[in-house]
Amino acid sequence: MASLNNHEEPRVIEITDGVLLPTHGERRIIDSWRLTLSIAILGLLAMIFLVKDPYSQIFRVVIKGAPLTFGVTLGAIFGSVFLGLFTGIGQIAHVRLLQLISGVYVELIRGIPLLVQLIFIYFALGKFFQLDGIPAAIIALSICYGAYQGEIFRAGIEAIPKGQMEAALALGLTRGQAMRYIILPQTLRIVIPAIGNEFIAMLKDSSLVSVIALRDILRRGREHVSRTFLSLETYALVALIYLVFTLVLSKLVAMLEDRMKRHEQ
Amino acid sequence: MNSNKIMVDIQNVRKDFGTVKALRKVSLQIHEGEVVLIIGPSGSGKSTLLRSVNRLETLTSGQIFVDGDPLIGPKADIRKIREETGMVFQSFNLFPHLNALDNICLAPIKVRKLSRTVAQERARKLLKRVGLGDRENAYPGQLSGGQKQRVAIARSLAMEPKVMLFDEPTSALDPEMIKEVLDVMLDLAKEGMTMIVVSHEMGFARAAADRVVFMDEGEIVEMGTSQQIFDNPREERTMKFLKHIL
Ligand SMILES: Nc1ncnc2c1ncn2[C@@H]1O[C@H](COP(=O)(O)OP(=O)(O)OP(=O)(O)O)[C@@H](O)[C@H]1O
Ligand SMILES: [Mg+2]
Repeated sequence: MASLNNHEEPRVIEITDGVLLPTHGERRIIDSWRLTLSIAILGLLAMIFLVKDPYSQIFRVVIKGAPLTFGVTLGAIFGSVFLGLFTGIGQIAHVRLLQLISGVYVELIRGIPLLVQLIFIYFALGKFFQLDGIPAAIIALSICYGAYQGEIFRAGIEAIPKGQMEAALALGLTRGQAMRYIILPQTLRIVIPAIGNEFIAMLKDSSLVSVIALRDILRRGREHVSRTFLSLETYALVALIYLVFTLVLSKLVAMLEDRMKRHEQ
Repeated sequence: MNSNKIMVDIQNVRKDFGTVKALRKVSLQIHEGEVVLIIGPSGSGKSTLLRSVNRLETLTSGQIFVDGDPLIGPKADIRKIREETGMVFQSFNLFPHLNALDNICLAPIKVRKLSRTVAQERARKLLKRVGLGDRENAYPGQLSGGQKQRVAIARSLAMEPKVMLFDEPTSALDPEMIKEVLDVMLDLAKEGMTMIVVSHEMGFARAAADRVVFMDEGEIVEMGTSQQIFDNPREERTMKFLKHIL
């Protein structure tokens, strides 16, 4: 019967498909993270400042795509978390219609390759609404990633012990109040690692928008290659830039996770 | 201590879980200020009966009135009934992301619409009453089992319920912590709270229970004072069960 106590400790949902997040417990991962970042940054600096030609020129061209890469990623992070939250709640809602809608959305999105979805949504949006490339890309990425995050939120909500909802209802809270004040705050804590991984994946997958004519880092690189034929040099630099961004973002996510944990106690 | 007013009126309640008949036509009246103890073997329907009173389980048939308000039907106001009935769970179910004070304040603020200052003032008084005046900032993860359960009791009391339901409040606790929780419950009983308690704590039963109800297989087999039930049970099933737990 003492095992009942375990129900109060929230479990952590970990679904990793991105960069390994450095955590305090695992020193080796921190070390490999540091090592990789150092190599990437040193490599980048050496190419730009020591070898110089043609790398400093390439760097100046492709880095102009960084604001777009970040902008699209950030927008899609907000959009997909918003969508994901509603989808997750919809999946466990007591309203059959909501369950169906969010369920179909998730199944549909998960069954189609991201690149195909992105192109389809982009052109579909373009056909029916007069949307600029950037908002269209953000919406498309949000729709794609919202489905995955919906699954994470659903798993997170379902991992909260049933007694939490019961205690809230027994106190007279409505289901909505219980969700808002009791269930979701706890859910947020346990999904942060998985959601953070999605953010990192989104930063990487934002490079897909280069196929829909948005001039992000990768697109600028491709344009540069078509002018100069320096394909190996250009793509090496592009890869290093993405690597540095991803590693830094993964660190930020780990710090966020840490702060959430410290708040707990 | 008992008045003649019926506080909880359980009428012909049945509850099926699929083919399992958890409750078969249970009727029980609990008077204002009365402490009723429910005992019985595992699976006899004790929790189901308790959880029916605030509709955490929906009845298959039958009706329950809490202070005259019906639980089922067009006039039922389930939130009002839940506000008026406190529930204490075996596994505490404290909110782990809130400290002791906020655990207690949440429902008064969100449901009763009290201001934060008034709610906190009351919560502090309740914490003192359950002997935890100095732990208001502690999170559930930092409290012992007995302390958690006392916070949980304070949390229920903050809604100023007319009835308190306890479902095995001490059976997840280490033996040395049982007394601190039972003492709080004894105080409540003395102050005249109407209580329905599922528990096999004989000491509490003898000290506080006005009536003991023995349930088996979804039915009330026998009820009476604690002396009648423990010392002179009439029914075969009651005797067998008592032999088992004593
Ligand atoms: N949610 C549920 N779904 C299906 N069956 C259930 C459910 N809850 C309870 N039951 C069944 O109903 C019967 C009564 O259960 P209940 O929990 O009320 O017993 P109890 O007397 O509280 O037992 P215990 O002493 O083990 O807590 C049991 O047969 C149980 O298996
Ligand atoms: Mg039970």
